Amino acid sequence: MDDKVNYLLRLGDNALILSQQLSQWCGKGPALEEDMALTNVSLDLLGQTRLWYEYAGELEGAGRDEDKIAFHRDAHEFKNCLLLEQPNGNYADTMTRQFFFDTWHYFLVRGLCGAADQRIADIAEKSLKEVTYHLRRSGDLIVRLGDGSAVSHAKTQAAVDDLWMYSGEVFAYDAVDQAMVDAGIAPPADELRAHWLEHVGEIFAEATLAMPAPDAWMQKGGKQGVHSEHLGYILAEMQFLQRAYPGAEW
Amino acid sequence: MDAPHSSVTPEQIWAWLGEVSDPEIPVISVVDLGIVRAVEVLNDEECVVTITPTYSGCPAMQVIADAVTGALRGHGLKHVRLVNQLSPAWTTDWMSEAGRIKLKDYGIAPPAQQVVDISGLTAGVKRHSLPPKPSVACPRCGSPHTELASQFGSTPCKALYKCLDCREPFDYFKCH
Repeated sequence: MDDKVNYLLRLGDNALILSQQLSQWCGKGPALEEDMALTNVSLDLLGQTRLWYEYAGELEGAGRDEDKIAFHRDAHEFKNCLLLEQPNGNYADTMTRQFFFDTWHYFLVRGLCGAADQRIADIAEKSLKEVTYHLRRSGDLIVRLGDGSAVSHAKTQAAVDDLWMYSGEVFAYDAVDQAMVDAGIAPPADELRAHWLEHVGEIFAEATLAMPAPDAWMQKGGKQGVHSEHLGYILAEMQFLQRAYPGAEW
Repeated sequence: MDAPHSSVTPEQIWAWLGEVSDPEIPVISVVDLGIVRAVEVLNDEECVVTITPTYSGCPAMQVIADAVTGALRGHGLKHVRLVNQLSPAWTTDWMSEAGRIKLKDYGIAPPAQQVVDISGLTAGVKRHSLPPKPSVACPRCGSPHTELASQFGSTPCKALYKCLDCREPFDYFKCH
């Protein structure tokens, strides 16, 4: 598969899997405001997914549109990072996963605004304001949860400790990512990671959360299609209708 | 080369589009909202309209596209081609002054007239150097003493505020 198509699918898959996970909070948020926020963030990510898939499908030239890409691939063909398929868990788990993702996503999308591919730069420019809004919100929530009650602090610290090993995969560049750096599209990993660590450190300090070791061992494999069992359940629910009734439309 | 003869002018099309309502906020038109970026008339029956999405996941975009096409067809333009333009990205700065007044009269606080300065965040996202929160006046009593209740509201483009003086909760069209 062409490196750029592969890279676009990774971008779209990250956004789609997180969008699907967040949508499962619909009607179950801990407060009405949180319920609306998670589903609105989910909607933004779904819109971004469509833009990435649409471009990937066009470049690939195999006649796959955004729906085919979303609903007719099996787990090993999905390229999302493992962080995004981790279960929603409690609210601290969901918000920690979101904060780790949003911080990376913000710096990534900001870098992609200057991509040497106009279409990618345009999509990034469209997404940046949405992604900035998401990051402000998830940072605020981490501070409120971490610097909140003894219970919220303990749950958030536990979420940070559990999810930390999934936070580094986005910076583990393989040949596909490197090809995109060489083509002037993707920002380099070390630059993104430095920004990520700085921002996460700043929020954690305010949230009175202990930051795990940056050089801790990190899980990876999602970008290459090697997933945890969680992804299968997510896809089973997300793809059911199109698998059972291929081509069904509203 | 002479321009093709046409009795339909771009101005006429802009005027027709000015009658196409936003499906979520029916008091303002798609032109007031600033999402129509360009109009090109090819001949009496054909035109190209360039629109830009507000939010990438806005569910109203398809409805808006259908409404634009339908309205122009109703005026005799058989072939309406819609071009979806992402860049430059839509901003609430493009909302017309008339649109802002209509929003306020409808009970929705219009966007503060300054967009988030993304370029100012180049060195990282310093929490305390983020642009100040917008000052949002209550659309009912005009009081500036308002408070954010929820960062998201009834549509992707709105947040929920409440007035600390008249105690009314209201929608704020987010600055974007």
